[in-house]
Amino acid sequence: MHIPCPLCGERDIREFTYKGHETYLARPAAGSAQPLWDDYLHNRENPAGRTRDLWFHGQGCGAWLLVTRDTVTHQVLGAHLSREADDAG
Amino acid sequence: MRYSGWQVLAQGLTGNRGWHPAWRSPDPRPDYDIVLIGGGGHGLATAFYLAKEHGLTNVAVLEKGYLGGGNVGRNTTIVRANYMLPGNSEFYSHSLKLWEKLSGELNYNVMHSQRGIINLFHSDGQRDAYARRGNAMINQGDDAILLDREGVRQILPYLNFDQTRFPIYGGLWHKRGGTARHDAVAWGYARGADRRGVDLIQNCEVTGIDIEAGRVRGVQTTRGAIRVKKVGIVVAGRSSQVAAMAGLRLPIESHILQAFVTEGLKPAIDHVVTYGMGHFYISQSDKGGLVFGGDLDFYASYAARGNLPMAEHVMEAGMTLMPMIGKAKLLRSWGGIMDMSPDGSPIIDKTGIEGLYLNCGWCYGGFKAVPGSGYSFAHLIAQDRPHAPAARFRLDRFATGHGLMDEEGTGSQHNLH
Ligand SMILES: Cc1cc2nc3c(=O)[nH]c(=O)nc-3n(C[C@H](O)[C@H](O)[C@H](O)COP(=O)(O)OP(=O)(O)OC[C@H]3O[C@@H](n4cnc5c(N)ncnc54)[C@H](O)[C@@H]3O)c2cc1C
Ligand SMILES: [Zn+2]
Repeated sequence: MHIPCPLCGERDIREFTYKGHETYLARPAAGSAQPLWDDYLHNRENPAGRTRDLWFHGQGCGAWLLVTRDTVTHQVLGAHLSREADDAG
Repeated sequence: MRYSGWQVLAQGLTGNRGWHPAWRSPDPRPDYDIVLIGGGGHGLATAFYLAKEHGLTNVAVLEKGYLGGGNVGRNTTIVRANYMLPGNSEFYSHSLKLWEKLSGELNYNVMHSQRGIINLFHSDGQRDAYARRGNAMINQGDDAILLDREGVRQILPYLNFDQTRFPIYGGLWHKRGGTARHDAVAWGYARGADRRGVDLIQNCEVTGIDIEAGRVRGVQTTRGAIRVKKVGIVVAGRSSQVAAMAGLRLPIESHILQAFVTEGLKPAIDHVVTYGMGHFYISQSDKGGLVFGGDLDFYASYAARGNLPMAEHVMEAGMTLMPMIGKAKLLRSWGGIMDMSPDGSPIIDKTGIEGLYLNCGWCYGGFKAVPGSGYSFAHLIAQDRPHAPAARFRLDRFATGHGLMDEEGTGSQHNLH
């Protein structure tokens, strides 16, 4: 797998560390009720097919990326900086 | 037919015309008391024990492909009871005891081979950790021997003891550990369940779970609707999708684990050996192939194949430990879909929906669990209360924080297991 880092260009997957589904970005507000935290930390959509997840470009620019890919085919469909998540579509 | 030496002789003398298929292939009936979704090792074992231990035979196993075509047939077949944490230790201990009498119980040779497992360690800290684990294993009534470097050298003289980066300090030897023939386990349980009246229905995918007023009423399948009182979800890597049919969101992320096998060679490796620093483990199959693997690929995937970086990593670790295998030709590599739980331990529990039961989260270690899991899941479904050895495999442990079983000590977070 190759991931097209918006800052560095297309790079081998070995340069990246996987964090997990993009729901990691929807962090509950401090002081939220416990069930929200459980859901956020543990429960997952886990789709077979198209997904968006967070990857860290640790051996490149150090950016957190939101990668769109297919979990069945391993096809990588695109990558955005995670701080631009809201307009990444 | 009961298999025996006498049968082999009798059939041999009469042209082998008396052998029959090992299980029927019935059409689904319109209703059952219990339906198990998934005809893998765990589903078939559950069906067998429902019939044998609880006398429940109005049961169907629905399998979308063919029996044993999932992870039960694509793992590296290691069977062990070298766990440490309460919850895991008594469960795997129980499961290993079931393995030890399984061929007799099923009248089917599952080729359970207690060839011994040696987990190598490579530092003082790792030695301490393994000593502690060995003590825990002995306390739970299992076996463990702590070997020093010379002790390992006597048993595994072919290892590279001079590798400077991760020298071999010794190993933890679990003599009752070993391997079993994976397909045979599925087939043996299938035959045993079928003979007791359970319907095993292949090419039958469950596409929906009918729930009314918080209670299971039936399932929708590619071979029609079935009314049913109790449903067990036991689908390994597909747990998230099937649970979603009942509106459940699980603490599960599916990952790929790869394995590799070489051409058949003369017997060379008598044990299961694991490399404590390189995520590499190896054994030799009864056909002679070296069977080995390493870590997960470490990202959510349903591709049933891995990527090359992990393959390369496994080969490097193997070559560091055992240079002698370098000329063996690799025949095949493949990947299976693991349903990974946040703490790396399984879930056998009721769901919030009446009549719906869940068996999932076996991560990369569910083959050894097949007998114990089937036994405990059957108990839960039949009696509506947990079976003692599996009582800590609770679905709500992530919500409460009580009873997490983070056997590797890496934390209860998805991307760490
Ligand atoms: C490479 C590799 C190596 C491994 N090595 C070991 C090891 O050495 N030791 C060990 O203990 N464990 C090991 N494991 C883990 C072990 O294989 C699994 O934990 C275990 O096999 C999972 O349980 P199962 O056998 O019931 O799964 P499966 O055999 O996968 O059964 C699940 C079944 O459910 C069916 N299914 C899914 N969805 C539906 C549906 N909607 N309707 C009907 N049916 C459905 C599937 O077709 C499948 O047959 C390994 C796994 C892999 C991939
Ligand atoms: Zn980058």
